[in-house]
Amino acid sequence: MTELVVDESTLVLGIETSCDETAAALVLGGFDVVSNVVSTQVDLHSDFGGVVPEIASRAHLDVLNPVIARTIVEAGIDDERIDAVACTVGPGLIGALLVGVSAAKSLAMAWDVPFVGVNHMEAHLYAASLEDPTLEFPLLVMLVSGGHTMLIEMQGHGRYRLVGQTIDDAAGEAFDKVARFLDLGYPGGPAIDLAALDGDPEAIRFPRAMMDDGYDFSFSGLKTSVMNYVRKHPDVSSEDVAASFQAAVVDVLVTKARRAAADIGATGIVLGGGVAANSLLREQVLDVCGRDGIQGFLPSRSMCTDNAAMIAAAGWHRLRSDGPTPLDVGATPNLRLPFID
Amino acid sequence: MLILGIETATERVSVAVGGHEGVIGLFEITKGRRHVETLVPAIDFMLKQADIDLDEISVVAVDVGPGLFTGMRVGLAGAKAIAQALRIPMIGISSLDLLAFPSRHTDRLVVPVIDARKGEVFYAMYRQVPGGVQQVVEPTVGPVDDLVADLLARSQDVLCVGDGALRYREEILDGYRCEFGGDAHPSAAPLVQLAHARALREDWVNPWEIEPIYLRAPDAQINWSTRAGR
Ligand SMILES: [Zn+2]
Repeated sequence: MTELVVDESTLVLGIETSCDETAAALVLGGFDVVSNVVSTQVDLHSDFGGVVPEIASRAHLDVLNPVIARTIVEAGIDDERIDAVACTVGPGLIGALLVGVSAAKSLAMAWDVPFVGVNHMEAHLYAASLEDPTLEFPLLVMLVSGGHTMLIEMQGHGRYRLVGQTIDDAAGEAFDKVARFLDLGYPGGPAIDLAALDGDPEAIRFPRAMMDDGYDFSFSGLKTSVMNYVRKHPDVSSEDVAASFQAAVVDVLVTKARRAAADIGATGIVLGGGVAANSLLREQVLDVCGRDGIQGFLPSRSMCTDNAAMIAAAGWHRLRSDGPTPLDVGATPNLRLPFID
Repeated sequence: MLILGIETATERVSVAVGGHEGVIGLFEITKGRRHVETLVPAIDFMLKQADIDLDEISVVAVDVGPGLFTGMRVGLAGAKAIAQALRIPMIGISSLDLLAFPSRHTDRLVVPVIDARKGEVFYAMYRQVPGGVQQVVEPTVGPVDDLVADLLARSQDVLCVGDGALRYREEILDGYRCEFGGDAHPSAAPLVQLAHARALREDWVNPWEIEPIYLRAPDAQINWSTRAGR
């Protein structure tokens, strides 16, 4: 393998299988998305109201090769043009991660190109810059998904400081559990979002845990109070509950993000993760950014949810800063972001 | 014609390369790092030592199970990716076939047994035929008692092989007098040998047509309460 110079012409194949999306993408020079294919397994898991790890792993193995093939065909390029293979090595479901990592390393070996292991969380941070490469540091990133709820100060490429995080449930987890409880369907985020459109967000005043207390979050108490409220008021409209619950989650997220952004002198607030697709959250982030005279950056919904373009982009940056990842690397289900401090 | 064999259905990671002159390279390890860490470096090392370029491979053979799901999938995902990248066909062979084949010279009924955890085993039964073995009982999964009942029903001279046979040796012997032997784990060496015979007949498939043999439905345990059914 010849030494790879990582620049604007470097074409990286990204692969993502950490949860319930099987995805591949080709990204040029770290920013230019050439093709981007996502095969979602939502239907396979909807009966269970959550992602079933063994079902996810089986599905990844079934569809990964066609997804990669389609990514290459849609890009209209030859395999030979691919300069490196990037893949999520964590965090995520171990059985699901292993399918992608094994395939990605094998492709890299067969094509004789570098392999680069990518931290899925770091990739979410890069999703925003894929759509707006002009973003200026420092940025306050709000990473909200089914697995994570974090406020991160992004000081530069690869330089992150953890500002705050959830001490119990992730925001997305709370959405899934409340949606399941209200029988609104799966996945919970879009289901609550939709139901809330017909509800009154002020109908019920759910608690805002730790609202004035630092930058950490807690959502498990909120979930419990939703359940208690509905048990006590069985005739309450699910739409009102959904709207009031969503308002409580978004209120805490946005209040803390706004305070943190001011604290670190951020040029803007960036949203990432599946919950970043939530309409109310997007609306309120834009609103406070407008009021505070900073940038509000909301990646498109398809960039917020899991995809491989962000993996390829993060892989390009890691390849440039750290070089290739050794081929004996494993998958790490609880991989953390390499925070400074 | 060179065949690359990949075997990860049990604790072992085994890779082999070979063709008409038989197995010419074999690397296997049954202890140490996990499958995904080992597999690609193992293939790379073996091929380099054998002075074979990956481009010279014509077919990728892979163990399709039954076995331990996560390990199995590491081999399947890797094998499919290599075949896809090299644009070459694949041959899938069952782990039970691979365990039975090395015992093809016995006149006993060969019963490969793989530990399926949770108190169960994967097993099948084979009899010898010229040049190999032939399956007489289809792969199945069940408690060791089921295996013993199957053996009693056949009441033949039996040779049990595989890690499941070793683990449940006492339980099996309690129910049925039989011999134990062979290797505890499937190997990529018989995989390459069996695949070569099939490759000569062009009995192969495309990477996306390879079907894993799980024999068990996925565990699906997510029980959040619902408003309706709490
Ligand atoms: Zn994600």
